[in-house]
Amino acid sequence: MTDLIGTLPGMVKSSLESEENKLPVVETRDEFDVEISGTIGKPLVQNAKMSSRNCDVFYGDKQAIFNINLDIGKNEIIAMIGPSGCGKSTYLRVLNRMNDTIPICRVTGEHTLDGEDIYAAEQDPVLLRARVGMVFQKPNPFPKSIYDNVAYGAKLHGLATNRSELDDLVEASLIKAGLFKEVKDDLLMPGTGLSGGQQQRLCIARAIAVDPEVILMDEPTSALDPIATATIEELMDELKENYTIAIVTHSMQQAARVSQRTAYFHLGKLVEVNDTNTVFTNPEHKLTENYITGRFG
Amino acid sequence: MSDTTTKIIKAGLKKRYAKEKRFRFFGLMSIVISFVFLLVLLISIFSKGWSAFQQTYVKLDVELNEEVLGINKFSNKDALFSARYKKIIKNSLKKKFPGVKGRKQKRALKNLVSKSAQYELRDKVLKDPELLGTTQSFWFLAKDDVDVFMKGNIDRTLPESNRRIKDYQLAWIDQLIAEDRLEKRFNTQLFSASDSREPEQAGLKGALMGSLFTMLVTLSLSFPIAVAAAAYLEEFAPQNNRWVDLIEVNINNLAAVPSIVFGLLGLAIYIGLFGVPRSTPLIGGLVLTLMTLPTIIIASRAAIKSVPPSIKQAAVGLGASRVQVLFHHTLPLAMPGILTGTIVGMAQALGETAPLLMIGMVAFVAEVPGSIMDPATVMPVQIYLWSDSPERAFSERTSAAIMVLLAFLVMMNLIAIVLRKKFEQRW
Ligand SMILES: Nc1ncnc2c1ncn2[C@@H]1O[C@H](COP(=O)(O)OP(=O)(O)O)[C@@H](O)[C@H]1O
Ligand SMILES: [Mg+2]
Repeated sequence: MTDLIGTLPGMVKSSLESEENKLPVVETRDEFDVEISGTIGKPLVQNAKMSSRNCDVFYGDKQAIFNINLDIGKNEIIAMIGPSGCGKSTYLRVLNRMNDTIPICRVTGEHTLDGEDIYAAEQDPVLLRARVGMVFQKPNPFPKSIYDNVAYGAKLHGLATNRSELDDLVEASLIKAGLFKEVKDDLLMPGTGLSGGQQQRLCIARAIAVDPEVILMDEPTSALDPIATATIEELMDELKENYTIAIVTHSMQQAARVSQRTAYFHLGKLVEVNDTNTVFTNPEHKLTENYITGRFG
Repeated sequence: MSDTTTKIIKAGLKKRYAKEKRFRFFGLMSIVISFVFLLVLLISIFSKGWSAFQQTYVKLDVELNEEVLGINKFSNKDALFSARYKKIIKNSLKKKFPGVKGRKQKRALKNLVSKSAQYELRDKVLKDPELLGTTQSFWFLAKDDVDVFMKGNIDRTLPESNRRIKDYQLAWIDQLIAEDRLEKRFNTQLFSASDSREPEQAGLKGALMGSLFTMLVTLSLSFPIAVAAAAYLEEFAPQNNRWVDLIEVNINNLAAVPSIVFGLLGLAIYIGLFGVPRSTPLIGGLVLTLMTLPTIIIASRAAIKSVPPSIKQAAVGLGASRVQVLFHHTLPLAMPGILTGTIVGMAQALGETAPLLMIGMVAFVAEVPGSIMDPATVMPVQIYLWSDSPERAFSERTSAAIMVLLAFLVMMNLIAIVLRKKFEQRW
């Protein structure tokens, strides 16, 4: 307890103390001869868009996430890295309650969006998912036309009252996703006929069309070639003007290129969160260092 | 590799190849055997049945004598309807073959023409009373014995006592043939008439309509129920719940229950408890629904299960509710599989006989059913009934009915294939 708070910057420390927020110490692990005791670095920020406190996630009896405390700042891109199976996707799904669709999954702790409890009884997961959009690892356009793909969410929530409004919305979303130029003559062609990179941008356009505040991206480029990846990384840079983005990635270079802060997960625990620069140049924790230097992963 | 290892492997290789060869040979043989059986079956059905698509007609000169009939063209409809047309037919035959003596021969003479001749004549007169008083040549249905002979199924070299057609009848037939008064034509009767005790008048229309109505009831009940059940079990039911598991096991078991049991169930519950009228397409459809439900549910569940979860996740991630995901994505994508399962289930139901025997659909019904509440029979039961009839002419009709049923089944399977292809090619 005390040593954790000691590692937090003063500003966070004071806010923590005032809330009497307890960041408990994570139990010691023998693996790699390194101790994970709480989260090192700056897990909490002042202008948080979303935050989690004391987050545990269980799949049946098996615990996948251990006591995570993390803020995601407004209009920042936070990268989540860590070895496979360490719970990055699971944590991301906590933030838009996608875990609700997994029957055996149980989430505890407090989770807020703009200070509102997203797991409160009166919180509608449908509305939440409109505010917190998601882009998946494998591009998953609907087997419908490009137009219908983008228009789907808007239609679902009744965001456009007539056809021309919907047309404008589709166009605007495709422009923001940097796809409009390539597909403007083929809006009625199937979305599944596009290349992998285009499909992923289509999925981003589809998420943007609902006008979310936060976009969660789960390894959005891991199925793409380097050129398509570069296009999407550029796109993310533009998107952060208007959106808050949390991205899970396997590529350290990607995390370094696009994000402002980086969070390192290990075996369900949040080991270290810091400015991306710091994490990659001067990691505090031995595990983080091992991971970014490629000693395991 | 040492020489001995190579030798050992070589020796083993020979064995392996021999094994593979044998296995391929057995596989090929089983396919050949099944094809041979199928071919034998089809050939026997077609060779027996094709002749039923032709029917023998006989041309008679009928004198529409107003005195014999007791009517004239000014008589009212009732009188026209009930006039003595039978006598006219008899007279026309007598005139054609004068000098027939004895009750036996006289009856045989009358039996050259089907009993339906008098009704055909009546309908002609009702349509055009001006015919009265004139002499006309009409084609009438020949009696089944004549038809059987014309199709070469009676050997005239047999001794007379062993023949269904006697020498004097042969003489009449020969004379009619010589005068071009006997002719085989396409058998429209087979599709336009209902069942009859007289083979030459019997047709499939009643059974076809009965099957159609029964299938309509079955489809309109089993499709929505089965799809809803499958969607619930796949998408909404709690997982690892004992009750859900129990239901699943039971659905799978139901698919293996002998169909006659469903007939007994229908008899006890629908007829016994709810008083649904027996022998109707309604009760038939209700019973066949029970039978097809498991088939469609199992196929639909497999189809729903195979919809990629990533599509569903995408929709959920955009804020679609579970029902919206189901109706916008899961069901449309599962539809080809669901439809295939439905058509397979319907094809099973179309060919089903046993449960229908239990609920009275085996009755002789001479009327074409007009609704799901009319007494009716269905194609397979009609086949069963005809195959049970002693007349030679019914046996070719049995085969013809099987051919018609097979044609429908092949058609349904083609539709299933086309639907599947069409939905698959959409993107
Ligand atoms: N649907 C699920 N059911 C059961 N266990 C799961 C499920 N999804 C993930 N897990 C488990 O949770 C842990 C974290 O998985 P995940 O969040 O997918 O890791 P990551 O995205 O970091 O690779 C893993 O041990 C994984 O086996
Ligand atoms: Mg993952």
